[in-house]
Amino acid sequence: MKILVAVKRVIDYNVQIRVKEDGTGVVTDNVKMSTNPPDDNAIEEAVKIKEAGKATEVVAITVGEEKAQETVRKALAVGADRGIHVKVDGILEPLAVSKILQKIVDKEKPDLVFMGKQAIDDDCNQTGQMLSALLNWPQATFASKIDVKENKLEVTREIDEGLETIEINVPAIVTCDLRLNEPRYASLPNIMKAKKKPIEEIAASDLGVDVSPRLEQLKVEEPPKRKAGIKVANVAELVQKLKNEAKVI
Amino acid sequence: MAVLLIAEHNNKELRPFTLNAATAASQIDADVHAVIIGQNSAEAAKQLSELPVVKKVLSVEGAHYENFTAENFAPVIVKLAENYSHIICSANTFGKNLMPRIAAHLDTSQVSDIIKVISPDTFLRPIYAGNAFATIKSNDAKKCVTIRPTSFDPCESTGGSAVIEKIDSSEEFSNTKFIKREEIKSDRPELGTARIVVSGGRGMQSGDNFKLITEIADKLGAAIGASRAAVDAGYISNDHQVGQTGKVVVPDLYIAVGISGAIQHLAGMKESKVIVAINKDGEAPIFSVADYGLEADLFEALPQFMEELNKLNTIQK
Repeated sequence: MKILVAVKRVIDYNVQIRVKEDGTGVVTDNVKMSTNPPDDNAIEEAVKIKEAGKATEVVAITVGEEKAQETVRKALAVGADRGIHVKVDGILEPLAVSKILQKIVDKEKPDLVFMGKQAIDDDCNQTGQMLSALLNWPQATFASKIDVKENKLEVTREIDEGLETIEINVPAIVTCDLRLNEPRYASLPNIMKAKKKPIEEIAASDLGVDVSPRLEQLKVEEPPKRKAGIKVANVAELVQKLKNEAKVI
Repeated sequence: MAVLLIAEHNNKELRPFTLNAATAASQIDADVHAVIIGQNSAEAAKQLSELPVVKKVLSVEGAHYENFTAENFAPVIVKLAENYSHIICSANTFGKNLMPRIAAHLDTSQVSDIIKVISPDTFLRPIYAGNAFATIKSNDAKKCVTIRPTSFDPCESTGGSAVIEKIDSSEEFSNTKFIKREEIKSDRPELGTARIVVSGGRGMQSGDNFKLITEIADKLGAAIGASRAAVDAGYISNDHQVGQTGKVVVPDLYIAVGISGAIQHLAGMKESKVIVAINKDGEAPIFSVADYGLEADLFEALPQFMEELNKLNTIQK
């Protein structure tokens, strides 16, 4: 079984976001970038499945500008076998990314495609579902547990009401939740070894996909700030304030 | 052209956020039709027809719709889409799972999780865990939009009498099979709609200690929330998680106990009307959004809190 894992480069989850003064976006210059956190879970799961002898190859793919390749290199350092970097500059919407991934799936013919359930930059939560629609494959979104069986997966999904278990036939798409596993750190020797693993570079323009945005981002602004609060000295004062000042209990 | 609302339900009744999505739909266009896909869902369809903002209900039933599988739902809506300018659904796990599948089939770029309708083609939505708001204009002929339910008031639930039209079912998607759903039943209010939420974090130190929170929640008629750290540690089940990738809540009162206040948690609760933080670390970021902060050991503070509540003559429920 072959697993394709899509990873995205985003502003690191620990960075305090700053909105650009001209309202065109958020500040990305000199800001720490990392792999989108649930994409790390997707890579980890694919590598674990391979280590369990249930997959033969793990291919990491990213779609984006030059530096996005760092995320593929990191995936190679934690166990992916080879990488693909589809190069494209500018804003990419999930629809465009899913069309690019569809082209790569047609070429690579993986049995499974894994990715994070949501990117923490645009918070869209769309790409996996869109890809599965374009391929007419089953989708298991928000996965917190995956059991690989013969030609199918049993997946536990995190839903608002609790947990749901579904069975999907391969080929299939899985979008991963943060609780799926604990991503490993790359060891120094593996980071060195990863430098020798191949990354195929493909220009998005060669795939014949129209990636031009359909949405216009008219403005990006700071959310309204909360009024500064107060510290209370003790529990009695807190309860008194909630009762008589805020009037919420 | 009319707007198509996708109803969320459990085959017996509408799920509450359908009412919030109906409000958002009616802000886009007064002509709102609603589709309900399920099995033995006639009662829920009737409830839908009673929402005054809904002008027409489309109902489709089939055994393969019983468990809300997106692969079965999407073709029904794609087939209906030609008559509609917008497809609207809540941005909860139901809508998040379903809507992109529809959007891709329609070759339209979805607008996720909007918090405001600015005009029929322009919407406000949070990005970067709510640390920025983006105004987005869609240039697609058909617009697929998911709405953040807590940002829209629920519509009236009675007084309407829309016609219910039966429509044909689509073929079953055979590569996805539902196995089971584990719902945690509780008599407490639902987290997403509760007036008061009491949440615990890593500072609770164990699942057992959550009983300190449960007691207070029961006293206040509150729902119980949790940070991702608490869920990851196994203190409490995932349906309680509040945050960027969990639930977004906007209660009148949010009490954060032993929660440090990571950006990802704040994303799910910082629009709450009144926020209380109880934490022994005075530097914890949660205090930056708290209206009332109490720097204290929660294992002392929570029993005292319960005691003080017991002294009150009345508590609003």
